[in-house]
Amino acid sequence: MMTIEQVRKLKSLIALAFCTLAAFFGLFWLIFILGDVLIHGIGALNPSLFTNDPVPPGIEGGGLRNAFVGHLIITSFATLIGVPVGVLGGTFLAEYARGRKIARVISVLSDIMVSVPSIVIGTFIYAVLVKPVGHFSGWAGAVALAIIMIPVVLRTTEDMLSLVPWTLREAAFALGAPYYKVIIHVVYRAAAAGILTGILLSIARVVGETAPLLFTSFNNSFFSANMNGPVSSLTVTIFQYAMGPYGSWHSQAWAASLMITVFILVLTVLGRFILRWRYGKRPTI
Amino acid sequence: MNDHIKIEVRRLNFYYSGALHVLKDISFSMYKNTVTALIGPSGCGKTTFLRCLNRMHDLYPGNRYEGEIWMDDDNILDKDIDHIGLRSKVGMVFQKPTPFPMSIFENIAFGLKLMGIKKKTEIAERVERALKDAALWEETADILNKFALSLSGGQQQRLCIARAIAVEPEVILMDEPCSALDPIATAKIEELITELTKRYTVIIVTHNMQQAARVSEYTGFFMMGKLIEFDTTQKIFTAPSNKMTEDYITGRFG
Repeated sequence: MMTIEQVRKLKSLIALAFCTLAAFFGLFWLIFILGDVLIHGIGALNPSLFTNDPVPPGIEGGGLRNAFVGHLIITSFATLIGVPVGVLGGTFLAEYARGRKIARVISVLSDIMVSVPSIVIGTFIYAVLVKPVGHFSGWAGAVALAIIMIPVVLRTTEDMLSLVPWTLREAAFALGAPYYKVIIHVVYRAAAAGILTGILLSIARVVGETAPLLFTSFNNSFFSANMNGPVSSLTVTIFQYAMGPYGSWHSQAWAASLMITVFILVLTVLGRFILRWRYGKRPTI
Repeated sequence: MNDHIKIEVRRLNFYYSGALHVLKDISFSMYKNTVTALIGPSGCGKTTFLRCLNRMHDLYPGNRYEGEIWMDDDNILDKDIDHIGLRSKVGMVFQKPTPFPMSIFENIAFGLKLMGIKKKTEIAERVERALKDAALWEETADILNKFALSLSGGQQQRLCIARAIAVEPEVILMDEPCSALDPIATAKIEELITELTKRYTVIIVTHNMQQAARVSEYTGFFMMGKLIEFDTTQKIFTAPSNKMTEDYITGRFG
């Protein structure tokens, strides 16, 4: 017969064992995926990947310059659209509409938007920006990504601004500052690190998206910086190359996967680093 | 009594949103180039009163004033009064130091830029003068570009005073400016307050009776939202005419 203490210890041990197993199960796949991408990707990396455009299968020396540049352009435009809208929207919620019903409604809607599957946004943009125009376009891709970014940036901005103590705003008001100057010079500065982190994480979030681009910017086998026509992107290229029958396509898809993974990793680590440097504790995002 | 009245309060009533009646029929005057101390137990309305004087309550919806507060020739409770103009004439120092998240120099330059001063040399000059007036120049002359939050608590509070006086207001409101500070920093700030009356009218809320006695010429005693007694500090502390004031001063309650 076991004493009550021994029973408790046994229960604790069993619970610990399950938790540890679950953690290792999750970690295993994570390392498996990252390791696989790393091993296959590094082998396929070469300078021509970045400098050459695709060539027909069977010919040596093709690259993905079009996809790298296209991806950069689409993401940049998405950032240019999404970040101002998100930051200004978050400012409206945390400052001008603070405590009002409309702020809570928009806040909750944004939280829902964050978890909407990205393919839904892709098909939505297809319906409003691709179908009526009659062709795929880089703009449609950028707008789709921006729509995914906006709620992320908006909510982070709102949260970070809400963390700025009211006494700080009062101090600025007490000097005779109008509200917009209080926000720009004092509140934004106090929340800068948090907002910047939100922006970086939102870019990291969209940079790996395929579904919203599949229906919007589609793909382009040629180099094109024309946002009014289909623009190539890394993720859609990976999707197509991985499905294709050629070995050279597969290895290029691996290399592209590695590059995208590394980019997201850098953005995320940078974001966390800024937060920790500024707030001295683990971020909650 | 001094007949140079700076602020005259007439039958002031104040309600927080939700019709909470916090200030009841307050009437008294504050005089130019003097320190007026407001004392009273917690929750008696002295801070609420102080924040009426720069219309701080207007930042939050639902608050309501009744009565009049005359500053020179303006009723600052007039609904057409320009809050920004009023607040540039009435500076405020808060209970906890509130340095802005920027450099020491920028903290003070912020208010100067609000005033529309653009010349760099003039800003630099006035920043220096404000820091000297706040007895902070010696400690910060070499570190003006350092982050203001890296200063100690007492230094931060003197920075906030420097920031308030840099814009040369007419009145300075102080809401328990020393409550977060140690005795040495407190002594420095009290010395500073006395110095400030040469140019400014100072109104200070304090829980520290000795502090009120040390720095002020006039004292108002608040309780339960009413001004129980207002007189010269000497009179209040030596021969108060109201029994409640006497009880509070002698520490029988509160």
